[in-house]
Amino acid sequence: MLRFLLTRIGLVIPTFLGIILLTFVLIRLVPGDPVEVRVGERGISPERHAQLLHDMGLDRPLYVQFFDYVGGVLQGDLGTSVVTQRPVMDEFLTLFPATLELAVFAMLFAVLIGLPAGVLAAVKRGSIYDHAVMGTSLTGYSMPIFWWGLLLILLFSVTLDWTPVAKRLSDDYFVDEVTGFMLIDTLLSDEPGSFLNALHHLVLPTIVLGTVPLAVIARMTRSAMLEVLGEDYIRTARAKGLSSLRVVAIHALRNALVPVVTVIGLQVGTLMGGAILTESVFSWPGIGKWLVESIARRDYPALQGGVLVIAALVMTINLVVDLLYGLLNPRIRHRR
Amino acid sequence: MKRRLLGAVAAAALAFGFANAASAKTLVYCSEGSPENFNPQINTTGTSFDTAVPVFNKLVEFIPGTTELQPGLAESWEVSDDGLTYTFHLRQGVKFHARGGFSPTRDFTADDVIATFNRMWKKDDPYHTVSGGAYDYFNDMGMPDLISSMSKVDDHTLKVVLTKPEAPFIANLAMDFAAIHSKEYMDAMLKAGTPEKVDQEPIGTGPFIWANYRKDDRIIYNANVNYFRGKQPIDRLVFSITPDQATREARLEAGECDVIPYPNPANVERLKANPELQVLEQEGLNVGYLAMNVQKPPFDNVKVRQAINMAIDKEAILSAVYQGAGKAAKNPIPPTIWSYDESVSAYPYDPEQAKAMLAEAGVTDLNADLWYMPVQRPYNPDAKRMAELMQADLAKVGINAELKTFEWGEYRKRLQEGEHMMGMLGWTGDNGDPDNFMGVLLSCTSARQGGQNIAKWCNEEFTKLIDQAKQISDVEQRTELYKQAQAIFHDEAPWVPVAHSVVHMPMSKKVKGYKVHPLGTHIFEGVDIEE
Amino acid sequence: MTDITIPSAAEPVSRPISPSREVWLSLKANKGAMAGLTVIVLLILAAVFADLVAPFSYSAVFKECVTKACPPIWQEGSDSRFILGADSVGRDLLSRLIYGARYSLFIGTIVVTISLAAGILFGLLSGFFRGVVDILVMRAMDIILSVPSLLLALAIVAILGSGLLNAMIAVAITYIPHYARLARAAVLTELPKDYVTASRVAGAGTLRLMLSTVLPNCLAPLIVQATLSFSTAILDAAALGFLGYGAQAPTPEWGTMLADARTLIRSMPWVVTFPGLAILITVLAFNLLGDGLRDALDPKLKR
Repeated sequence: MLRFLLTRIGLVIPTFLGIILLTFVLIRLVPGDPVEVRVGERGISPERHAQLLHDMGLDRPLYVQFFDYVGGVLQGDLGTSVVTQRPVMDEFLTLFPATLELAVFAMLFAVLIGLPAGVLAAVKRGSIYDHAVMGTSLTGYSMPIFWWGLLLILLFSVTLDWTPVAKRLSDDYFVDEVTGFMLIDTLLSDEPGSFLNALHHLVLPTIVLGTVPLAVIARMTRSAMLEVLGEDYIRTARAKGLSSLRVVAIHALRNALVPVVTVIGLQVGTLMGGAILTESVFSWPGIGKWLVESIARRDYPALQGGVLVIAALVMTINLVVDLLYGLLNPRIRHRR
Repeated sequence: MKRRLLGAVAAAALAFGFANAASAKTLVYCSEGSPENFNPQINTTGTSFDTAVPVFNKLVEFIPGTTELQPGLAESWEVSDDGLTYTFHLRQGVKFHARGGFSPTRDFTADDVIATFNRMWKKDDPYHTVSGGAYDYFNDMGMPDLISSMSKVDDHTLKVVLTKPEAPFIANLAMDFAAIHSKEYMDAMLKAGTPEKVDQEPIGTGPFIWANYRKDDRIIYNANVNYFRGKQPIDRLVFSITPDQATREARLEAGECDVIPYPNPANVERLKANPELQVLEQEGLNVGYLAMNVQKPPFDNVKVRQAINMAIDKEAILSAVYQGAGKAAKNPIPPTIWSYDESVSAYPYDPEQAKAMLAEAGVTDLNADLWYMPVQRPYNPDAKRMAELMQADLAKVGINAELKTFEWGEYRKRLQEGEHMMGMLGWTGDNGDPDNFMGVLLSCTSARQGGQNIAKWCNEEFTKLIDQAKQISDVEQRTELYKQAQAIFHDEAPWVPVAHSVVHMPMSKKVKGYKVHPLGTHIFEGVDIEE
Repeated sequence: MTDITIPSAAEPVSRPISPSREVWLSLKANKGAMAGLTVIVLLILAAVFADLVAPFSYSAVFKECVTKACPPIWQEGSDSRFILGADSVGRDLLSRLIYGARYSLFIGTIVVTISLAAGILFGLLSGFFRGVVDILVMRAMDIILSVPSLLLALAIVAILGSGLLNAMIAVAITYIPHYARLARAAVLTELPKDYVTASRVAGAGTLRLMLSTVLPNCLAPLIVQATLSFSTAILDAAALGFLGYGAQAPTPEWGTMLADARTLIRSMPWVVTFPGLAILITVLAFNLLGDGLRDALDPKLKR
């Protein structure tokens, strides 16, 4: 087991270094330079341009910049945003809770609906329920979520006035930023009603971001359940006269969960991609929108730092899932 | 850091007598983007300027809704006969904001003005290099060469000596970059080792006190009870950052925003029809144009440029892109600026004639690129749509236009380098002076590579006229010179002047006293909201 | 993309009927797959014969629909020439959607071709040579996989510049690892088998071995993946278009059309609704077909 653990971790380190190199190189291939970003509707003199490049350390040889960057990253320093002149790490940490809060809700939504739906489809295989679940989930999986978000806003926010259009909290609530998680901050504050207001704001973005994971989880649960339900021990359990609900709940689901957990882990990357679109549609002040804007503003350090941290997060989560999977399923552990 | 600040806000709120936040009168402005920082000295975008306006005053200020000047922190001023020496008499008893960690010990004086300008002007000023240290507007307005000295006569008298007479100088001081900072705050932050806080958590004398900013989310300002023009009718101003146009409009309709900027012109009619909304209009001090790069054949030929002026159906563009909320342009300056020449007759829309002229110039089946801006600007609410309409018009006279665009910064840079054949751009005035349009956009100096004159058109006669006009202060003489310049511009046709847009500001009917500013800034001083 | 099944290589069992016929029979029994296939065939026809089918050119501007919006014909104030209405620049929406089918199929084809070719190449190299090559290639694939694909595609488009071709390349790059992993896994299961050893003994070179012996035997999972990524490619390219980095005007690419129209969602809802529906239906069709193909090709799931 220890050997399995060490090999897995051993694989992660070079990959992480590779990501640092990748982001560093990619971002320097972008045409134009960050000095231009500072210039407004007007031009800039070549002397001033050179001066600013020098001030930002961008006129040094690339390898010097690279080692400097790696050194910084190892100390948790991701550089300074060209646009706001603030440390990238600070900006990331300010915005990250918003994305995390949304992602957690989307995942909860996906699991809480997807799992039972998948089980239902498997147990009632071939029934109308099965077809409904599979049809809906395939549609959800095929959904362009940016369009989906617009449609939901049009229907629920603008036409029916049931949900807020955008953002995390109404602008007539003033809540101290303690944790950055709006639901926690509103609970800590003494503004009555702000918690419900924050929850209300989460509804549509959660649905939009959760749609694809929901579909994937429902489909995966169904096929995992079908596989387990066909195994001998389930048949035995049934033959022994155990109630069908008991069989499904205790025996089948527990075994089917293993691959489902893996899929949930793999959805983290998808969620980040989805967050980019969801956050743009709902003006959600999180990482996804920040990254898109960093690209548009050619804020090298922000983009570089953001991609790096996200890749590191995705890798860590996949590693944890991998290890869990290895723990749960000895066959995998010995395969390599 | 944030937490400490908010504690201070709460304390301030208590002190101002609105302990319960819900009872405070709040106005929500859904702004179009996050500011780079809150110091208008170092930033260059309208979005950032807007966020600093509530906090600061200038020596001289525009009367909201006009380009006329009113006294700001300077109550009055005198100019010497040679036009070189300006004496400003400063307002007394003006208090800077107090906010967690900083409370001023003295009132505003000439020292604050000098410290403010020294940061931009003196390379050895300790603040000069803080936060990137680029002072684009200060430099662009030619201030470093123009100001010879700036000195304090007494606490409330300031003397400024110029190197040459410059008619637009006073108007320049009303621009955003000339916002007056607190010397005391700057010194304190320098001492604390955090000079960049001056740019991120601003202290000014303005009608609102900056309270809190959560990136990409919102900015909160509280009314300044000590404001020299009196406390504002609202207690709190919130900039709720909503970059997406569709979302912004939906939020206004859902009552989440009280005021929004930059609606899609196609939606203005519908917003007007909403009984809970009003849409204010103001002719903007701007011009949107299509520049033809005269350095690239066949656009070096004046006939070709005139033909293109006749090939483009401005009426269709006005109705499709500006939804009728624009005025067709014929001159490089908007009609709201003095010296606008009404007598110039615009090129008619005449594709047949245009085709004939092109044939005469030997141009048939031309492939040319046409660049459109990737962003909406006040002078061009939908460049892409405009480009598509122009493309269709040009196809009719045998020009195959290939549409191109880049990210905004890159776009501007490439146009200034002169990479394009035809490119769209526009300009919003800074100070209401005609020189701010013609000098900046069409003079020979700015036709250099990398300059603002993206037609790269250098006409010596034209340049001579506007240089001359800049030196004299008599408005009538200047008007005459600018009119001659406009005639040359018309005949030479380096641009297709498209339109002067009308700026729309949709807002709730509860909002009272908002005035749309022709210079494009969004100003909330004096605005009230009915409960 | 996310529901790739771990490839179980097609097993060379005894075959009473030809394998392709078997697959077809199994597909034909699958109603969803047949529905998907029908839609796809219709789309291909629309794309190929767009010039004949579409009432107008995708770029023809009708000025009467510029000054006044032209909604679909079942709504009040419509113009009978424009069945689905006209967009904000006065172009027939139906024609643009029909021409748009061209772009979507084109995007899918190019993306799948690039990523499939590159992925197979890397997978084969990795699987055959093992050792350092394997480690390098697979680490590189891990790196690509650890960055969310839309983010990576955005970054690549930022480098290459906006535009349809660049968007396709960017999306294709993010798909390579999936194919590479599939191909490698398939090679690893095929290599020890007797028929490979037999060819090797018979003197087949490595290249020949790769391309004509092993590759055809690990095609099944690749085909399934290709069909499924056809649909994700259309979605991702549309997402790039939506964020402003995809196809440029006046290309009638559905995602770009949607992005242009989004601010008009209330005053001209049809310009938002139809391109979105077109994307949804197309993607759904490919996913249905992909699912059907997987069931048909993957004996493990077939019961």
